[in-house]
Amino acid sequence: MRINRKEAWQSFLLVAPSVALIAVFVYGFIGWTARVSLSEWKGLLPDYTWAGFSNFAELLADPRFMIDVRNTVLFTVFFVGGSLALGLGLAICLDQGLRGEGIFRAIYLFPMALSFIVTGVVWRWLMNPAMGSRLSGLNLLFHNLGLDFLINEWHTTPFWGIIAIALPAVWQMSGFCVAMYLAGLRAIPDELIESARVDGASEFQVYSTIVLPILRPVTFSSMIILGHMSLKVFDLIMAVGGKQIPLDVPAMYMWQVTFEGLFYGKGAAIGLLLLLSVAVLIIPYIIYTLRGETEL
Amino acid sequence: MNLRRRLASTLLAAALLAPLVLTACGTPVMLSQQPDLNGPTPLPPDADQVEVFSWWTGGGEAAGLDAMIAVFNRKYPDIIFINAAVAGGAGTNARAVLSTRLQSGNPPDSWQGHAGQELIGTYVKAGQLEPLNFLYEKNGWLWVMPKNLIPLISQDGKIYCVPVNIHRSNVLWYNPAILEKYNIPVPKTMDDWFAAMDALKAAGMKYPLALGEQWTVMHLMETVLLSVLGHEQYARLWTGELDWEGDEVRVALELFSKLLTYANSDAPSLSWQDASQLVTNGDAAFNVMGDWAEGYYKELKMTPHQDFGWTPVPGTAGTFQFLSDSFVLPVEAPHREAAIAWLTLAGSKEGQDAFNPVKGSIPARNDADRSLYDEYLQSAMNDWITNKIVGSLTHGVVANDSWKTDINTALGLFLANKDIAVFQRELGRACMTSGPCVQGKGQHAH
Repeated sequence: MRINRKEAWQSFLLVAPSVALIAVFVYGFIGWTARVSLSEWKGLLPDYTWAGFSNFAELLADPRFMIDVRNTVLFTVFFVGGSLALGLGLAICLDQGLRGEGIFRAIYLFPMALSFIVTGVVWRWLMNPAMGSRLSGLNLLFHNLGLDFLINEWHTTPFWGIIAIALPAVWQMSGFCVAMYLAGLRAIPDELIESARVDGASEFQVYSTIVLPILRPVTFSSMIILGHMSLKVFDLIMAVGGKQIPLDVPAMYMWQVTFEGLFYGKGAAIGLLLLLSVAVLIIPYIIYTLRGETEL
Repeated sequence: MNLRRRLASTLLAAALLAPLVLTACGTPVMLSQQPDLNGPTPLPPDADQVEVFSWWTGGGEAAGLDAMIAVFNRKYPDIIFINAAVAGGAGTNARAVLSTRLQSGNPPDSWQGHAGQELIGTYVKAGQLEPLNFLYEKNGWLWVMPKNLIPLISQDGKIYCVPVNIHRSNVLWYNPAILEKYNIPVPKTMDDWFAAMDALKAAGMKYPLALGEQWTVMHLMETVLLSVLGHEQYARLWTGELDWEGDEVRVALELFSKLLTYANSDAPSLSWQDASQLVTNGDAAFNVMGDWAEGYYKELKMTPHQDFGWTPVPGTAGTFQFLSDSFVLPVEAPHREAAIAWLTLAGSKEGQDAFNPVKGSIPARNDADRSLYDEYLQSAMNDWITNKIVGSLTHGVVANDSWKTDINTALGLFLANKDIAVFQRELGRACMTSGPCVQGKGQHAH
């Protein structure tokens, strides 16, 4: 189809404002952040003295930043892995022609409507780490059920505490995975599964060799969406655990170091590393999507 | 244009945008609680008005500010008072709003800040504040405020703020009933204190010391440093004259580390109020907290000497570790004369006696009307006048924000790994990067 000159002009006019705004407010500010991250700016007033990569070098030698990286990795593995596994499991259950499926779908999807702050506050109460006579929340429930061995310190557990933060995140986002997987499952033609069964495949074989491979793109998309949320997590940790170093993540460090400590250069460097880590995740996905679409 | 390609480029744009939008949403508190970046609707420029910026938006603080505004309106009926308070986070949000206003050249006429290095290290360093020596001389404040307070709120002989209230940070709160039950005297020294807590542990109290989130741990640390080092050496820490990596600090940190073993394991999940309540509930016997805890106990209808008792942190009797809310005069104050009127009131007996009884703090002046204050505050007023005065770290007197953030990070790492040698090295490094220390041991910077 050929587009006439007038139409091309009109469409250019229509996109121009958003292109200009994005150029300034997104890419312009990314550039500015990059410039600040290479500066010595510390204190209230801007200071663009060239510092080279010293802010980055400092971060790589910074034990707190190492904790941040470790926490991000642990959180991502447990949050993304947990949401995918739970989502797939529940989706398969729902796909068995359960009565009242709609109700269950709604129940699983509801937590997504909450903000992480709300989820965090609720789970802060549930995961109260108090011991002895002040036992409460889930720990008290375990105690009353006679399951005392399950009582634990949740997010105040040394080293592994960050995994407790992944629990509410899984609770909130697994419903999203259910919806994604359910849509994927519904798209698989019944004939395919029927014929496999006729050929004598066990239920396990049906899922492991037919269903799961077909669902791979769903898994991939969900991983990307959950993954970039996980890399930037801030509000949930703030709401559950507050500002404490065992639960520190890069976004938290950036906020504290910039707005409480006034180390603008260092804060910008953390922000840039955060952007890079997300880009590492997203860009292959975009390339994959683009290639997929041209091949169609 | 190919529809698919268009879709793909939209997706690409969305994908690149998404992280930024989400990052922006990562600070919801700050965004949602900025009521108006430009302050209230501007009056005509010739109208006499004063815009005062603070984070006093709730409880006794807001009530105290209202009481002071009432006095101001009575004394200066021609000046319109504009209360530009920003809520949230012990001033964190307010400070972010303030720095935006300062960077865009739109300062309020006066703002609230913790007296000392928190103001000096940030705003004086950036050339934003006017020295107030002329006000102190004109109003005779030098005669009614403690002599050793003045250096703590000055830089190079210039005074930069008017302290409205005074709080004490080195207070040990205890449960009198528990101490009586086990026949334990109120501890006077660190040794007494450990003996008392050992006795309580032996009697079955697992965690005799109540502790809350990380800033309350830093609060405990500053009082232990004061207790072990004494007021003179403690003061030298902040001028860079005492070596952070030396033996004296190590001894203090070892005791601090030992104290932590007596504290509740769920400390990171408790606010300071939660920790204060552990003492009155009898779950713990001791808690170190600033004297705003007394205001909280009163709110809970607790009776002094019966539900709670107080004493200086063991080993710090005779020293008053203070913090203070104060007001300043920006260099570019749009209504300088009106701002000076506000500051004059903030430093006056009348203004301070209007604010402090309501807020639950003591005036910086020594000539206040004692009958307005309760029993604890009267005892604090005595100590304020007679004791040696040193500044608090956690509450902004002795270290600038950058230094404090570095110390906070070092402390957080220490709480995770309990390695005193690494902690001392990090503290030494913090003093060099953001404090007055210079390369080489314990050199004086000035």
